[in-house]
Amino acid sequence: MSDRVAEFRSRILERRPLRLRGGGSKDFYGGPLAGEILDTRHYSGILGYEPTELVITARAGTPLGEIESVLATRRQCIACEPPQFGTAALGGTFVGGATIGGAVAAGLSGPRRAAVGSLRDFVLGVKLMDGEGRELKFGGQVMKNVAGFDVSRLVTGSLGTLGLILEVSLKVLPLPLADTTLRFEMTQDQALAAINRWAGQPVPLAASCWQDNVLTLRLSGAPAAVTVACEKLGGERVVDAEAERFWAALREQATSFFAGDAPLWRLSLPSVTPPLDLPGPVLIEWGGAQRWLRGAVDVAGLRETAAKAGGHATLFRGGDKAGGVFAPLPPALMEVHRRLKQSFDPYGVFNPGRLYPEL
Amino acid sequence: MSQSEHTAASAPGLAGTDREALLTELAHLLPSEALLFADEELKPYECDGLTAYRCLPWAVALPHNDEQVLAVLKVCYARHVPVVVRGAGTGLSGGATPVVRGVVLSLAKFMRILEIDPAARLARVQPGVRNLAISEAAAPCGLYYAPDPSSQIACTIGGNIAENAGGVHCLKYGLTLHNVVRLRVALMNGEVMEIGSHALDTPGYDLLALMIGSEGMLGVVLEATVRLTPKPRTAQVVMASFDSAIEAGNAVAAIIAAGILPAGLEMMDKLATAAVEDFVRAGYDLTAAAILLAESDGTAEEVADEIAVMSTLLENNGARNLRISQSEAERLKYWAGRKAAFPAVGRITPDYLCMDGTIPRKHLARVLTRIAELSAEFRLRCANVFHAGDGNLHPLIMFDARNPGELERAIAFGARILELSVEVGGTITGEHGVGIEKIKQMCVQFSAEELDAFHAVKAAFDPLALLNPGKAVPTPRHCSEYRLTGSAR
Repeated sequence: MSDRVAEFRSRILERRPLRLRGGGSKDFYGGPLAGEILDTRHYSGILGYEPTELVITARAGTPLGEIESVLATRRQCIACEPPQFGTAALGGTFVGGATIGGAVAAGLSGPRRAAVGSLRDFVLGVKLMDGEGRELKFGGQVMKNVAGFDVSRLVTGSLGTLGLILEVSLKVLPLPLADTTLRFEMTQDQALAAINRWAGQPVPLAASCWQDNVLTLRLSGAPAAVTVACEKLGGERVVDAEAERFWAALREQATSFFAGDAPLWRLSLPSVTPPLDLPGPVLIEWGGAQRWLRGAVDVAGLRETAAKAGGHATLFRGGDKAGGVFAPLPPALMEVHRRLKQSFDPYGVFNPGRLYPEL
Repeated sequence: MSQSEHTAASAPGLAGTDREALLTELAHLLPSEALLFADEELKPYECDGLTAYRCLPWAVALPHNDEQVLAVLKVCYARHVPVVVRGAGTGLSGGATPVVRGVVLSLAKFMRILEIDPAARLARVQPGVRNLAISEAAAPCGLYYAPDPSSQIACTIGGNIAENAGGVHCLKYGLTLHNVVRLRVALMNGEVMEIGSHALDTPGYDLLALMIGSEGMLGVVLEATVRLTPKPRTAQVVMASFDSAIEAGNAVAAIIAAGILPAGLEMMDKLATAAVEDFVRAGYDLTAAAILLAESDGTAEEVADEIAVMSTLLENNGARNLRISQSEAERLKYWAGRKAAFPAVGRITPDYLCMDGTIPRKHLARVLTRIAELSAEFRLRCANVFHAGDGNLHPLIMFDARNPGELERAIAFGARILELSVEVGGTITGEHGVGIEKIKQMCVQFSAEELDAFHAVKAAFDPLALLNPGKAVPTPRHCSEYRLTGSAR
């Protein structure tokens, strides 16, 4: 056990609430922050990268930006584009940006999620320290692995409530060989119908964004496939450099839609959900499956609207967290959550209340 | 119902036993044809695809609907009777092998496709629906269900979920895990919950990831929603011969390094190729030490480009005899051989064991060399079939169970291969599951603390450990025995 890991262990064994933190880029996300900070950033470094096996392994505190730079030298990437919510992607340094451990704990994915899968889909393994200070390895560094329950993906998106992530192995993918962005004038209705129709066809859709009656569409893949799709879909082609900036800013929520202090709600819905009557400006991603809403809302009403459509609403940033950040769980499901939390974190050390007050 | 009750109660040797009491109670809940308990009726359920292990259950329940499933679960829960859920019974690791004094819950009658939603690219299905039936039902919409295990004409989606089944196209299209979005699940106590949704995520922990690949130990799938994928316009496969498996492995690495993610990337060694060729006459090169099948799918232009690039890479890496499928019929013929590899080997040997390790591909040479040495040491032939894109190796160990000691030798040989997989940084099972077959090797791959964590996960769903007990996660006793006697060194 390295000195750093031994230090983590002794902190955990004190059995006092800890607030696990990497770059702090997502301090805004989830329930209220509680506990003493345990900073993972000094536990950093890429432990292995096999470009021909499409696998990278890194310590939790490694900046996401550093990982992406290394992958880019071999024309590879983390395809689901987890946000960095820092300065790195927009031309700054890695400092203050997201870490890989934090990215996995939050489980967030960026614009390409609907096309390629979520961060959880790319997690191959984790090394975790549980509430007893035990180092546990789940999954591994190979793509197909069904030995034991899939705890590494359970941990993904658990907001650090099940343990301290020490190491992560991810599946990486080749960068697309070709990439084109198209723009269409469309109402929300038209845009939702069109992207769902195209998603059902062999079209290399990579990402979509609808806002203010403009649908922006990213096509990525083999050059021939992208060319054919461009001809088929029509629309107006966006200059490459501008397109690059557009998708990077969307991924980092650095566009004007996301600016300011108004509460930001995230609705996760079946992609085919028709336009909802929502009380504020809306931006739609993921082919209709992720819809952002700005402004103060009637929380119960919004949650009901989302649930009726088969989805859920999250208070993503800002606003009053007293009404709960994440949609409440049915009792039977919460009971399973409680038991899982109890078994990995019997003393309630890890990020108490960050996901749900009960956990 | 009354007839079955009468028969159950009057079966010889049952009077006054726990089994009789259980059967009587179940007979009240199920129509007579949905409850089997006579030895000759139970016989077909005594094993799954892993035929080396057999066990007669107390009873087999074949419910027709959710209410009957829940009723069976509640009765068994109240009586502390273990339940083993079964789909088509094609599993290769003994995940559906009955347990003593237990009930087999067969979901074979849950075979309805409830909804194909082409706009949302989703299919809502019952767990007993066959894998291939989903693709057939979705075909008119230009969609299909991507994971395609070799047993796809027979295996059920419920079984695929239990095992997180893969197939030959999962490098590009993912495993069951990546293609199932929602489950309705019954817990052992009869409680029902929705896990996942038709949205792309749900709040809370990712229980869907836990359920998929849980080998029937956490809950019973009553209904599933799977993601459908647009059918590529066209597909083509290039078949290449190599003078060594190592060269073939290098060629695979070169293709992936070039930024290509082939739809399929499969390797077979000489012994496997010979068995297959004799069976399906796919036109495989019998002189090659290894053959590689690399598939490209997409638009016609895309496929033409990718096949050209892959052909060059293959040739630069020592391939000879490159053949590109010139028609859909020819493409299917090339694949037919690969997909029939297990039954083909079954024809040239009375019995075989199919191993399922995954290894980092860079260790392929070391692993294959070692397997050849072990084959000599154990005096048993071994053919190798390899999902080369993702490192999933299927050594097929041939033996004849009628010869005293051969089964034991085959099992010991298999155990060594699994340990070797772990030694090079891989895993004991890529897609077949642990079941009972590999339960001891779990002690090699995981520490006591990690196994402890798995038991705790199970307890969170099934505190009385009644669902498929004794599978997948070994007890500390299993492990200490294995370390004492084992081939584990």
